Amino acid sequence: MSRKKDNYETSRWKKFKSWVDGETDPLDHGMEAHEAIPPREDIYDSAAHEKAVKEELSKIYGEDRRAVLRARGIRYFQRFYKVMSVVLCLGIIMVLLWTVASLPITGNASNPDNNEVAARYIEKGLQETGAVNIVTGMILDYRAFDTFGESCVLFIGSCCVLVLLRLDGDSKNESIRKMIAESDDRHFEPKNDIILQKCACVLVPIIMIFGVYIVLNGHLSPGGGFSGGAVLGSGLILYLNAFGYGKMGKMFTEKLYKRITLCALTFYCLAKSYSFFTGANHLESGIPLGTPGAILSSGLILPLNICVGLVVACTMYAFYTLFRKGGM
Amino acid sequence: MDVSLVEHLLLNIEETVSIVLFGIGFTILLLHRNLIKKIMGMNIMDTATYLFLASKGYITGRAVPIVVDGIQDVSAYINPVPSGLVLTGIVVSVSTTALMLALTIRLYERYHSLDLDEILILAKEEEQI
Repeated sequence: MSRKKDNYETSRWKKFKSWVDGETDPLDHGMEAHEAIPPREDIYDSAAHEKAVKEELSKIYGEDRRAVLRARGIRYFQRFYKVMSVVLCLGIIMVLLWTVASLPITGNASNPDNNEVAARYIEKGLQETGAVNIVTGMILDYRAFDTFGESCVLFIGSCCVLVLLRLDGDSKNESIRKMIAESDDRHFEPKNDIILQKCACVLVPIIMIFGVYIVLNGHLSPGGGFSGGAVLGSGLILYLNAFGYGKMGKMFTEKLYKRITLCALTFYCLAKSYSFFTGANHLESGIPLGTPGAILSSGLILPLNICVGLVVACTMYAFYTLFRKGGM
Repeated sequence: MDVSLVEHLLLNIEETVSIVLFGIGFTILLLHRNLIKKIMGMNIMDTATYLFLASKGYITGRAVPIVVDGIQDVSAYINPVPSGLVLTGIVVSVSTTALMLALTIRLYERYHSLDLDEILILAKEEEQI
């Protein structure tokens, strides 16, 4: 392992050193730097050639002067830009602080934002949604389409990252295969880190149980689908780091990820559409609210929390694998 | 007038701090040319927004909006609406951060630089060719 790391570092170091010495410019994709014009010794013997050399030199010097002037202009512009941006930011802060100074004082119960909407949520929330946690009742019942939009934003975000970062393993293209080989960073770390594995053996079950607890108690205590899903996703990431892609691939594949996300989002959409339709038309929805405080209560909130938790956990894990290797 | 303004700012200390944080994030966004640092500035701005919303929903001396012992009086709990809005903000900021980081990775692979100015110059040169 250490030998491989040494190789890796020396290559980087070599590149850096050659750049410092002015041999190569990393920005020009390995081309020779501009100032390294080779002296031509074969053309010094005749006058015509000397003239040509002089012309060439004057051209270069003229270009140099222009470059110097341009560099100076860029420097002035950068200084001006920095000063102006600081001035602009200070201006924005001053205007916003002025606004804050005329806002009502924090923590005052008679502030205009503590209006009848919040009062209604608090007074009737328990009876209408069945959720002890009023925030959960609000976001998953009164404002459930908003939360559906959030889940979709998360799903679309993960789709965009997938489009940008995914490397197709079955691709015939040589360059993509090379990129996959380069992004496989398991070479630079120990194969089976015994300390990490033992810690993960202890920690992963606890983290997973805690995540499930947060998701299932979203309507009873602080928490819910988003926070619990993030905890579940971090447990999956820890397991992957400890045991590698081989073991993870047996349990959690891309197919499973797609199925879970699609099913959860579809169920969420259908369930909430149904309950909104029946609610708007004053029909009996047939969803029991149960006794507040019990774990099987508050109608649709528990299944919806589970859906959101699954989507979030899968998305977190997908983000990690995509950023690390470009695929699951 | 001036003294009362400062006093008011101190009374609204959470909002004041969130505005200053927002300004710091915006300054980072403008001053740094490194794309990763720009994303960090964006995240600081997100955090400032959460602090602002959370402080707007707070009411002194009241409990979190989780019904305890069947008390359903408005005077017992803080405002639940901004809490829900903060949740929305967090989720959106996570997805936008991931998207920006993915774009940064692809830009780095293409131009071998994280400096936005250099990337723009290289992109312009490519266009001319």
